[in-house]
Amino acid sequence: MSPEFIQTLLLTAKLALSTTLILFIIGLPIAALLAFTRFRLKVIFEALINMPMVLPPTVIGYYLLVAFSPQHAFGGFLERWFDLRLAFTFQGVLIASVIFSLPFMVQPLQNGFVALPKSYREAAYTLGKSKMETFFRVLVPNIKPSIVTGIAMTFAHSIGEFGIVLMVGGNMPGETRVASIAIYDEMQSLNYSTANQYSLILFAVSFVLLVIIYSVNRHFRI
Amino acid sequence: MIYIDVERKMLTTDGPRKLEVCVEIEKHQLVCLFGKSGAGKTTLLRMLCGLFVPDKGVIRIGDKTVFDSSKKINVPPQKRKVGYMFQDYALFPNMNVEENIRFAQDVKNLDEVESLLHTFQLEKLRHQKTTRLSGGQKQRVALARAFARKPEVMLLDEPLSSVDFELRQSLQNEILKSHELFRSTTVMVSHDKDEIHRLATKVLRIGKEKITAFENPTNL
Repeated sequence: MSPEFIQTLLLTAKLALSTTLILFIIGLPIAALLAFTRFRLKVIFEALINMPMVLPPTVIGYYLLVAFSPQHAFGGFLERWFDLRLAFTFQGVLIASVIFSLPFMVQPLQNGFVALPKSYREAAYTLGKSKMETFFRVLVPNIKPSIVTGIAMTFAHSIGEFGIVLMVGGNMPGETRVASIAIYDEMQSLNYSTANQYSLILFAVSFVLLVIIYSVNRHFRI
Repeated sequence: MIYIDVERKMLTTDGPRKLEVCVEIEKHQLVCLFGKSGAGKTTLLRMLCGLFVPDKGVIRIGDKTVFDSSKKINVPPQKRKVGYMFQDYALFPNMNVEENIRFAQDVKNLDEVESLLHTFQLEKLRHQKTTRLSGGQKQRVALARAFARKPEVMLLDEPLSSVDFELRQSLQNEILKSHELFRSTTVMVSHDKDEIHRLATKVLRIGKEKITAFENPTNL
């Protein structure tokens, strides 16, 4: 295996792990908000979070690229105040990946919270526990299968992401060139054996993750 | 002592109606709430523990006013010394029997946990996950957990509705025993007249009219 091959795989793993970690941290409160509260414009909020499920990745990629451009307000602000450029950088790809995989984390967590009996929360309150303590000691530990599903789906989805990464990050080795883009690139260059190696690894990782999801859910059902 | 003078609108199968209650429950009484389904028994319990907010009125538990609409006082459930045993027991599946009880303590005290496990005959089950317990065992854990916080008032929402006759008798004994042992004021929902005869010192019949007086259990 060439150093470039390893580098691409490591970058892919770094992107998927960072995306999953960030999404787990922000996904928990978003899922709880959607599961337990009622507020005006909730449907709009819910629709926005789930947009990446139905929208072509290139659409989100296009909007993000425009937003990240130093010629526009947000990109210009980042460059002036923080000397930060997001277009065609790993950070930019990471933000895009987080936005694009958001529903894959939020939906399983939200479903898990909704399925919990309301009496768990109420019992914890009558036992003197604050909302925060109830959340972390009672609610979160009782949605373990949903957490495993959310983490595995987000990780697998981030590994396989192509369109949005290509739009926002391009194809820069060591910076934004992840495995799914490398496959396309190697195919274009007629390097079938390298494309095959990447594909096999992505296939194996996705398969193992799905096996984990199903076996964990089966374990909790029994 | 519980003083309750509240009203709250409810949506029932017969359309909207108002639940109005004005009674005073003396200390250490075991009061049964009796009435048709949808009459407002659970609503009343939930107002007492703070899970429902009355439309207006006053609730005092001991010397403490926990709700007063005119003074905008509404003490949250966490700060009321009221235990609540849910119909489905609401035991936390991620904790074993002992952990469920320990979770309820405001201040950790292992001796008290031991004493509760002993009182409710749960010593051998202490490391069991609550999902593997029988209905009767679950009820004992739920009672032990609710008493772990040393509540002044214990609310039991149809605690015996889903158990068979033989178990029902032994669980009634558990309720009676813990009520006497912990010297709490207990308010319990029940549909069963025999059960009310056995357990209750007073009965509140929840119906369509304003509830202002107790009945004697033997008059049901």
